[in-house]
Amino acid sequence: MQQKLSFRHFLSLPAVIYMVIITQIPFLLTLRYSLERWNLLRPERRKFIWFEKYPDILQDVNFWIIILNTIVLVFSVVLITLLLGMGLALLVNRPFPGRGIVRTLLITPFLIMPTVSAVLWKNVLFNPAFGLLAAVFALFGLPRPDLLANHPMESIVTILVWQWTPFMMLILLAGLQSLNQEEVEAAQMDGANGLMLFGYIILPHLRRYIEIALLMETLFILSEFGVIFVTTSGGPGIQTTNLSFGIYQEAFLRWNIGEASILGVYAIILANIVVSFFVRVLQRGQSEGLAIT
Amino acid sequence: MTKKYKGLWLTLLTYGIALIFFFPIFWMVLTSFKTEADAFAFPPQLMFDPTLSNWRIALFESPFLSALSNTILITLLSTTVALALGIPAAYGLAYFPTKRSNFTLLWLISTRMLPPVGIIVPLFVIARDLGIRDTVLGMVIVYTSMNLPLVVWMMRSFFLDVPYEILEAGRIDGTNLWQEFRFIAIPLVVPGLVATFLLCMIFAWNEFFFAFNLTVTQASPLSVYISSFKTAEGLFWAKMSAGATAAVLPVVVAGWFTQRQLVQGLTMGAVK
Repeated sequence: MQQKLSFRHFLSLPAVIYMVIITQIPFLLTLRYSLERWNLLRPERRKFIWFEKYPDILQDVNFWIIILNTIVLVFSVVLITLLLGMGLALLVNRPFPGRGIVRTLLITPFLIMPTVSAVLWKNVLFNPAFGLLAAVFALFGLPRPDLLANHPMESIVTILVWQWTPFMMLILLAGLQSLNQEEVEAAQMDGANGLMLFGYIILPHLRRYIEIALLMETLFILSEFGVIFVTTSGGPGIQTTNLSFGIYQEAFLRWNIGEASILGVYAIILANIVVSFFVRVLQRGQSEGLAIT
Repeated sequence: MTKKYKGLWLTLLTYGIALIFFFPIFWMVLTSFKTEADAFAFPPQLMFDPTLSNWRIALFESPFLSALSNTILITLLSTTVALALGIPAAYGLAYFPTKRSNFTLLWLISTRMLPPVGIIVPLFVIARDLGIRDTVLGMVIVYTSMNLPLVVWMMRSFFLDVPYEILEAGRIDGTNLWQEFRFIAIPLVVPGLVATFLLCMIFAWNEFFFAFNLTVTQASPLSVYISSFKTAEGLFWAKMSAGATAAVLPVVVAGWFTQRQLVQGLTMGAVK
């Protein structure tokens, strides 16, 4: 159909121009800075060096530790929240008295400002001398643990799981509530037990919800910064430094704009790998007859 | 085990998990009414003489209020600009699609998937050079870009839910674009509009990474102020809890009232 373009076809132009200026120009500048030797503490030494530094970073063992930390963090949080969120969604999907209140209580951790969660867990819950957890251990006659010092990664995973389980639960619950009840009842009449029901009807129905929830959560945890900054500052050493925190240190503590930008480029590549993987999975689902909306 | 007992057992389990999940928040609120000495009592106290003194100190004898006013200003302004740019875009993409519409929509999503660390360095340099680092204006500009794709995707899905016949009827009656938008479409998507507004508000209110790297003191919002309690020294738990409770209250209440739309917003409208 031949279309005559008029004003109404350009309603999205202001939004698009705005997004190009605010996100694409900085993105191109990141690429440009990554080719420079540029430290804000010594601006007179600024020099264009092409890709000279790119391989150096790949040979740095610390870089790979940071990448590994990033991946460990994402995988553990996403996996645990998926299991917990699925369990909770199934539990909350049942009719029982006080369901609305229970649901409200459960989603609250996700609404809390991440820096509030972090200072709350770090001080009031995890503090080895006066914290709530120490009190629970003392109650059972056990030594009071210093979790953030001795198990920093596990502690951060715990805080993030607390924050993100409600997210997973919310989306899976929406999926469960869109399930065709007649289909479920028909299967039950045919003698399907709970496990068969879950495996053959509920899980296939939830697949798209799970995939989208996993994608969104993975992207957010990949960029996690606040909780790490507040609780461990990436330490001890670089045990809990992820890519986001590493870039922050390089850029705003060492003022090394050039190398921070290279790390930024690597972060963008990593996010792109994740997104294209999920897009492929989602498209596969689509071609099997599951529509996007 | 009979079916009834199994159901009861599962219900109790659900209650138990909900209480465990909510307990840290309950404990934070409780701590905010303690004296600092009670907050540090070991073992921790469930019963104590409640006091409001820490609330007074946390709210009025600290940078809390200036951080709060920054947060409110940045949140409201960025959400308003995002809606002003995003709603017409959503309207156009929903009702007047062109060959490029699909690409535009996907591209908008891809900007939301760009890791913030990938652009923070240039944003910092640009903000510094333009003199808008550590200003409300600078934060509004960045947060608008954070929420704009969300507005477009959510509002588009709400516009698509409007029955086409209604718009058609209006066009036959000879309404122009503005009348059709203002008097037919907008009244029909008010609930969606409110949900979108609240979601943008939640994201802007809670954001930390950009705020922390692009502000120093003048424009620092609450998320940055609260992070200053990361130090482990000193008696400050009650004061911190009071400030933190006050900081999260508006968003928690907003989130409680938008539980249903929250799902749609968190998945860019892909899941309803």
